[in-house]
Amino acid sequence: MSSTRMTPERESRSPLPVPSPLPNAPAASSTDAASGADASLSPIRDFLSKRGSGRLADNSFAAVMLLCACSIFAIVIFIFGILVVHSRLSLMQFGWKFFTRQAWDPVSGDFGALPFIYGTIATSLLALCMAVPLALGVAVFLTELCPRPLRAPISFLTELLAAIPSVVYGLWAVFVLVPLMRDVIGPFLYKTLGWTGFFEGPNFGVGLLTASMILAIMILPIISSLTRDIMNAVPNSQREAVLALGATRWEMIRIGVLRNSRIGIVGAVMLGLGRALGETMAVTMVIGNHPDISKSLFAPGYTLASVIANEFSEATGDLYLSALIEIGLALFLVTIVVNAIARLMVWAVTRNAPARVN
Amino acid sequence: MGVGILVEDLNAWYGTTHTLQDINLHIPANHATALIGPSGCGKSTFVRCLNRMHETNPIARATGTVKMGDVDIYSDASPVEIRRRVGMVFQRPNPFPTMSIYDNVVSGLKLNGFRNRRILDETVERSLKQAALWEEVKDDLKKKSGASLSGGQQQRMCIARALAVDPEVLLMDEPASALDPVSTSKIEDLIFQLKSQYTIVIVTHNMQQAARVAENTGFFLNGKMVEFDSTHKIFTNPRDKRTEDYITGRFG
Repeated sequence: MSSTRMTPERESRSPLPVPSPLPNAPAASSTDAASGADASLSPIRDFLSKRGSGRLADNSFAAVMLLCACSIFAIVIFIFGILVVHSRLSLMQFGWKFFTRQAWDPVSGDFGALPFIYGTIATSLLALCMAVPLALGVAVFLTELCPRPLRAPISFLTELLAAIPSVVYGLWAVFVLVPLMRDVIGPFLYKTLGWTGFFEGPNFGVGLLTASMILAIMILPIISSLTRDIMNAVPNSQREAVLALGATRWEMIRIGVLRNSRIGIVGAVMLGLGRALGETMAVTMVIGNHPDISKSLFAPGYTLASVIANEFSEATGDLYLSALIEIGLALFLVTIVVNAIARLMVWAVTRNAPARVN
Repeated sequence: MGVGILVEDLNAWYGTTHTLQDINLHIPANHATALIGPSGCGKSTFVRCLNRMHETNPIARATGTVKMGDVDIYSDASPVEIRRRVGMVFQRPNPFPTMSIYDNVVSGLKLNGFRNRRILDETVERSLKQAALWEEVKDDLKKKSGASLSGGQQQRMCIARALAVDPEVLLMDEPASALDPVSTSKIEDLIFQLKSQYTIVIVTHNMQQAARVAENTGFFLNGKMVEFDSTHKIFTNPRDKRTEDYITGRFG
């Protein structure tokens, strides 16, 4: 400690603080304090000494918590079991091929899930492609660039978007998005990107692209508000560290903020994807409800969730009903597989670089 | 080589609080200058004004002239240009946790688009050696994350990161206050080594530290600079009564 390289010589009046003999002085005063405190604290000591060890309470608390945790497993297994049991007719009829068959003909009793799986995954991924950049932009703006007075209103509005019921989104899409798609966006896309083959065929305004757009709007708030919270959690010291190296504001956001929150952002995107996969009402209202696998995004499609919602009440015949339940099973499996892939992605990113921010 | 800093009539505010009042000071090139004073006296604000980090807080502002060599950093250059010439080490080590040790050290260079691998490799070795960390980490430069090091190693890595861009001035805001005595003395040795090549400004609560590493010391109190003189003079024969009271431990 006391390297004396630079220490100026001390003069007689000893300007440098002389270390006081610590062990003695406080010890004396602490015994005083303790004896004084003894008398006044005795009712408290008395009270505390009469309390039990709390072992029983702790153990029962742990047991209750374990029960809560187990209930999650129980619920998942129960749902899966019920879906399998009720779809056994269709499972026996079509086997695992059900998931790769394209037919959907209730009249002749020929069922397959592929068009619905395609519709679900295509609309969800497309929605992510639209929503993620927008959500990141909103989050970056809110945390890094937004003038203070604007921050609360914009945050509030994005969160309000999450509170709107999905059927209201559906109505809005039917009256606003569908005509817009039919008359403005569709023709424009056909003219500029028609050569890709993704924007061909008749465009009635309802279809995969319209459904994806409404999905994108619906998952925007959840992704942006989660991302915003994650970015807010990045300590300011990280931003200062980058700025002090001579970074511009964008470089500071890229290295100090986005890089540190990338895992959280993937998690937020996955939650958004989960919502998009299962979303039923709004999609059903604008997707066109036709079980086709088409390259063109103008073409009508169908999702797993919307076929169940649309046809469950009118499903006549045991096989039809059983096939619809197996569609539910398919949705269940798609969600699990997509989430598993997402986990793998997170794991692949985090494996080598621990992402904890001090 | 470092460059001298001339501060004239520097005033700084946080919101309505006037945290720095009329600071005038000349910090000589290639020397270490220590700033001491009780908490909240404005010494951190002062060093943050020297690389314009102060104004990154939206409610903060500063007026006055700070000349770094011939450049008035408040009128002749952008904050980004200034910060490329002035390295800064913070109170708490702030490594980039998602980057390897190697990437942490060269982050300032990569940020500015520097891509020459050979020079990057050399820079990592040079700055880690300057920061007395090379021997401890040279085998897992790219394997280990910067956050996996101990606190003292992290702080030395942050010093290496600041030195990698070859700054003219190195600002250190209580660089050893979060560290144990062993790491602290390593960092003091470091400052002692570095001050022949860089202009170093170090904020410290530890008066012995100021006495050990700095040629000149400034004493701050309530946003004003009470006294600035050679370290020897400040600690043995201060002109101002308040300085004497502070260094003898009568208040603060």
